[in-house]
Amino acid sequence: MPPSAAVLERQRACRRNGLRRWCWRLIPLLAGFLVLLPVAVIISSWSDSQFVVWRHLYDTQLLELLANTLILLVGVGVGVTVLGVSLAWLATICDFPGRRYCEWALMLPLAIPTYVLAFVVLGQWDYMGPLQLLLRHWWPDFRVDVRNPLTVIAIMTGVLYPYVYMLARSAFVTQGSDVVEASRVLGLNVWQTFFRVSLPMARPAIVAGLSLSLMETLADFGAVSVFNFNTFTTAIYKSWFGLFNLQAAAQLASLLLLFVVMALLAERGARNNGRDEQGRRPQHHFRIKLQGARRYLAAAYCWSVVLFCFALPVLQLLLWAVQQYALEFDRRYWQLLQHTVLLGACSAVIVVTITLLMLFAQRGYGNRLTQGAITVAGMGYALPGSVLAVGVVLCFGYLDRQWLVPLQQWLGGGTAPVLMGGLVGLLLAYLVRFLAVALGPVQSSIERVRPSIPEAARSLGCSQWRLLFRIYLPMLRPGILTALLLVLVDVMKEMPATLLLRPFGWDTLAVRIFEMTAEGEWQRAAIPALTLVLVGLLPVVVVIRRAR
Amino acid sequence: MFFKKCSLPVLLAVVFVLSGCSDDSGSGTGEAATGQLVVYTSRKEHLIKPLFDRYQAETGVNIQFVTDAAAPLLSRLQAEGENTPADILVTVDGGNLWHAAEEGVLSPVESEVLVRNVPAHLRDAGNRWFAISKRARVIVYSPERVKPGELSSYEALADERWQGRLCLRTSKKVYNQSLVATMIEADGAENTQKVVQGWVDNLATAPFANDIQAMQAVMAGQCDATVVNTYYFGRLEEAMAAKGEQLPLKIFFPNQDGRGIHVNISGAGVTTYAKHRTEAIKFIEWLSEVEAQQMLTDINQEFPVNPLSKSSAEVQAWGTFKEDDVPIEVTGERQAEAVMLMDKAGYR
Repeated sequence: MPPSAAVLERQRACRRNGLRRWCWRLIPLLAGFLVLLPVAVIISSWSDSQFVVWRHLYDTQLLELLANTLILLVGVGVGVTVLGVSLAWLATICDFPGRRYCEWALMLPLAIPTYVLAFVVLGQWDYMGPLQLLLRHWWPDFRVDVRNPLTVIAIMTGVLYPYVYMLARSAFVTQGSDVVEASRVLGLNVWQTFFRVSLPMARPAIVAGLSLSLMETLADFGAVSVFNFNTFTTAIYKSWFGLFNLQAAAQLASLLLLFVVMALLAERGARNNGRDEQGRRPQHHFRIKLQGARRYLAAAYCWSVVLFCFALPVLQLLLWAVQQYALEFDRRYWQLLQHTVLLGACSAVIVVTITLLMLFAQRGYGNRLTQGAITVAGMGYALPGSVLAVGVVLCFGYLDRQWLVPLQQWLGGGTAPVLMGGLVGLLLAYLVRFLAVALGPVQSSIERVRPSIPEAARSLGCSQWRLLFRIYLPMLRPGILTALLLVLVDVMKEMPATLLLRPFGWDTLAVRIFEMTAEGEWQRAAIPALTLVLVGLLPVVVVIRRAR
Repeated sequence: MFFKKCSLPVLLAVVFVLSGCSDDSGSGTGEAATGQLVVYTSRKEHLIKPLFDRYQAETGVNIQFVTDAAAPLLSRLQAEGENTPADILVTVDGGNLWHAAEEGVLSPVESEVLVRNVPAHLRDAGNRWFAISKRARVIVYSPERVKPGELSSYEALADERWQGRLCLRTSKKVYNQSLVATMIEADGAENTQKVVQGWVDNLATAPFANDIQAMQAVMAGQCDATVVNTYYFGRLEEAMAAKGEQLPLKIFFPNQDGRGIHVNISGAGVTTYAKHRTEAIKFIEWLSEVEAQQMLTDINQEFPVNPLSKSSAEVQAWGTFKEDDVPIEVTGERQAEAVMLMDKAGYR
């Protein structure tokens, strides 16, 4: 007996739905695959065990490297969490003199690349730096070596706390003050409110910010090399640049990845226990009025962070820039600036769009496979930039040689590489590296959308796209803006991949900084560094004004 | 709301499409146009671009270039394979050039001009690369605190008399790796191991990230002597002179009774898959001629490789010296050995 028309119709609808489901699922799978490609190249380095190098590392420095890396991770982890969360809470929930300005001023250090802060601090504090010279003026025998783990931790913390601060801040903003009001009405004091109500609700965002800053710490090469502080990353570079053993370097890098995978899994565990949902527009009618000396203490605390992490370093850069102006500044700066901003803006839009689609697909049609793909997509950030760049270069080189160039010739083109040394290649590399940066903020805000809302919308006949544009986007606004900003600024600061993959003539400010710092001419790097910081400030200001 | 929010990035993207893509990104055409050259260089832009500009003005050849560290450039060349747009690789340090040649990305060049202008020990035995400038690694000391006669050789810095008086740059820098490689060649691995161990024992403070920092530590009185490349000394001298001060440090040329001081090079080679091979050879030949040699040495206070050229007045003021004429390839062949030896000695 043939099935009735109604049954057939239902089957067709099911098939359509199945197809749609798979189309959506393809997005995270593709993104994960893209990140996996260069990572796979790195992992495939194990095909040839570099026993000699490993033995040598084990005999001479492996323990030291592990200890140093661990000290750095613990130090920076504690530092950025304490600093970022406390500042975010003070700036969003409490009230003190100058709070409104402080709220955005605290994001400013984000614009300073780690390597820049490192050479500024060392320039100020080194043996012939102005501070030691001054002190020796009074005490001729005064000499101190500031190149120790504590300084490195302080520098990294000063640059990376904005990740935690921004994510925690957007979590506190979306919580709204009514949560705080309710808990105060129910008899909790300020501290209890913070620890028992706000903090648990903001935990997914805080953990996301923390994991970003830890990944950045793991991958950092610039700051640690200025201080000649040996970490896992410096060992990677040493194997590559000194032993010319890219295989061993890649193997070390894949171990680094292993750390990260474990950290990401832990993070997901932390997220799943976070209870934070939002189904309404947050209200901010009320702020905790700090009393008496506390007001000024809070103000002093927040402003001193701005002073030490931003104002003083920028002032030092400014001083150097004035000295070097005649020698260094020329018309090419407009071009450097243009390239830097263009690359940053394009990448930010691309990366955040893909992140959004990915997470949206996961939410609507996700399964364990897509979940895994998203985790993989978030790994690109942890690899040291230049290791990732090499992975990308090897992939692109292969694709060019085997597929794209023959195709191009078949279409009547030349033999020039398609991906290598082209803009597309560079943007792809940024995508691979910075997906994780956008994932954090967008994911933590998408998880706060209560499932009943999209369900209600769907039951009222709202289509998937309409759901995205009318429901999700407005609700995710703080997260999306944060993600755009982070990616934009991160791309502008990015150095190794830009160096290796940029097309001819596409020099950026970061490239210029490399040219100078590689020669040890820090003062000459001041003008590009200062320009980079100032350009990085604009989006920060824009985001603040719009995120209010 | 959403569109308002997106307006800025969209606007930027439009600007990008309108302006950026019409840029001379040079990756579009693969046709071998005459009068074109593509250079990958790990010599920094401000130290090489003046030469490109001069050559362009003289010959009309358009030179495009990309800068990066030596190892990434080599990886890029290897990944691009026969599609590479690069005609020439310019890099510093003999070890880096040797590795590039070993990896097969450089091709032999038959050129009478280069054989005439570049001494044999400063070019590859297989003519795959040629030095274009020379720099020496010397001892820089504080004349106030170091008595005449205390200094003699690199090896002597391991003596007990230098206990707590020595500063060094990190062993991660290729210049130190090459110095130790030539020491292994001259003294043998065992003796060199002892010497490097002695250096480490004598350190007044942890190794520095660059030569300038090490010299500043000597100026500040943290230590009495250090080992640096000559042009860093020149730069510091210049910076002090600009402030109307005299640099309170002096250069000492070590090992004058033995093999002579360790010299390193910056050099160039033609890539294996160069699309403009003839042009590339012409350009490297031009680099070895007196005029370009003069420019090269003036830009960065280095020594010319062409015997007919002279160093700048500032460089000549440092005095004359005997140099180690061991073939530069040694720095590449023994680089890994040197790195491991320094690791074993705890030289960070």
